[in-house]
Amino acid sequence: MIRNNAADMAAKLVAGEITSVALTQAHLDRIAAVDTDVHAFLHIDTEGALAQAAAVDAKRAKGEKLSPLAGVPLALKDVMAQKGIPTTCGSKILEGWRPPYDSTVVANLKKNDIVILGKTNMDEFAMGSSTENSAYGPTHNPWDLTRIPGGSGGGSSAALAAFEAPLAIGTDTGGSIRQPAAVTGTVGVKPTYGGVSRYGLVAFSSSLDQAGPCARTVLDAALLHEAIAGHDPKDATSINAPVPQVVAAAKSGDVKGMKIGVVKELNGDGYQAGVRARFEESLELLAKAGAEIVEVSAPNFEYALAAYYLIAPSECSSNLARFDAMRYGLRVGDVDGASAESVMNLTREVGFGKEVKRRIILGTYALSSGYYDAYYGSAQKVRTLITQDFTKAFEKADVLVSPTCPTTAFKIGEKANDPLAMYLNDIATIPVNMAGIGGMSLPSGLADEDGLPVGFQIMSPVMKDERMYLVGAALEAALLSKWGAPLLDKAPIMGGGR
Amino acid sequence: MSSLSRDDVAKLAGLARIEMSDEELVNLANEFTVILDAVARVQEVAGADVEATSHPLPLRNVFRPDAVVPSLTPEEALSGAPAQEEQRFRVPQILGEE
Repeated sequence: MIRNNAADMAAKLVAGEITSVALTQAHLDRIAAVDTDVHAFLHIDTEGALAQAAAVDAKRAKGEKLSPLAGVPLALKDVMAQKGIPTTCGSKILEGWRPPYDSTVVANLKKNDIVILGKTNMDEFAMGSSTENSAYGPTHNPWDLTRIPGGSGGGSSAALAAFEAPLAIGTDTGGSIRQPAAVTGTVGVKPTYGGVSRYGLVAFSSSLDQAGPCARTVLDAALLHEAIAGHDPKDATSINAPVPQVVAAAKSGDVKGMKIGVVKELNGDGYQAGVRARFEESLELLAKAGAEIVEVSAPNFEYALAAYYLIAPSECSSNLARFDAMRYGLRVGDVDGASAESVMNLTREVGFGKEVKRRIILGTYALSSGYYDAYYGSAQKVRTLITQDFTKAFEKADVLVSPTCPTTAFKIGEKANDPLAMYLNDIATIPVNMAGIGGMSLPSGLADEDGLPVGFQIMSPVMKDERMYLVGAALEAALLSKWGAPLLDKAPIMGGGR
Repeated sequence: MSSLSRDDVAKLAGLARIEMSDEELVNLANEFTVILDAVARVQEVAGADVEATSHPLPLRNVFRPDAVVPSLTPEEALSGAPAQEEQRFRVPQILGEE
């Protein structure tokens, strides 16, 4: 039952073959069986999930009209506020904090009767590419427990790959949905910036952060996308326009006559041989499906990583100023006569991990007087150039494609002490965030040299998210008929049988 | 080219309100020499003729009707407070003694 796709689970719920309570319990049992090894979850809400499931079953029994994913369980990244449920962002500074309100994404999930199983592990405040920066210990990749599941949303991607949940929510600031999807053989989508509300998403870099769906199939991601997307008056950057028709696109998968642009700069040197091979193979399959493959150039993408590591830390140094030990979260050193400033200093010393401190200090520097123009100001100009590169590229192609990441999953600990090597993981995903466009990663097979999953990235223009779903669905179908079974069937069996 | 001393990092940590040990300061100063060299590449293409982009969407003011709507109760707002007193956040001393 747990190996089904969300859409199949939903169909069985509608047909009365299973109940949401049974489905939810099956996933809770799976979590109990494998999560000691995987560590995808930081908090499991057994009682809440079963109560929500029972409520959906009752509504269904009464014949109420329900949403397409009603009764299907989901894992929620711990960066999303959920009323009364611990929300840590993988940080000690928020340990034990229970938000007094729901984020809009959570409100939308509840409105759609999607059952929330618990909160998933992540790099602290979503800063990282491996989930090793979590204050609560790393998550392990179900394909190989000694390897990283990607980051920052490694808990969500691992939960999907280990069949602990059929759906998950991620957030993507520089690749935190797409890179974890790539290295775990799952699907992850970063919608157009402003497509999904950021209200109640604990901010890292406000001009880049975007929540989105994670799943095991393109259609499942589309169903979840439509459930969480839409205009929200509580988010001033939310786009007030109809949600792109992504479910229809995922069901169609018709790419005949579509122009698919291969970004010259996001391939070649620095990309693992097996990653390149799977990418080329996917291009051939898309050509066979009727798409026209063209090459496009984006000369300024080579500066995207540098610009990102100025813009994101700058915004984070400002956003994380709210963790001041005054109104919520950890407070350290509040002894008689201690000043507020010393309490802040001590709390932030203890509460933040190494990478978060590194980025706050870097951002403080980039924004400081005398350096602002040279660093943050220049990075903003690069952002303009990257956006212009995309605009020109989209004149020649309907979507752009590249490998999602340069390599497959690396070993836990391998890059932990080399921040620059870690940052390079995001080289192909970052341009999308800089321009605020849509990006998807879906599995394109296993690398020959290590047998680990490889991701294929599809990028679509602002609010044309349906295009990446069209291409994703076409490629997924072609690969499935080539493989004969889903890629995750090749992953090691965990927790005693299927 | 760009580099930061231990004391530079100490000043930044002070501005960012993070207490740091001497070891942390020295480590960060060393790392920043490498990181700043890498990110300084943005200056190669950031000419005077290029406009800056702060945000992917054109930002505009968003207003809501001036109507009373339900909000958090004082209990809810204070539910995460490290310390509270008389329905307020209790905070450490902010001003000096004098």
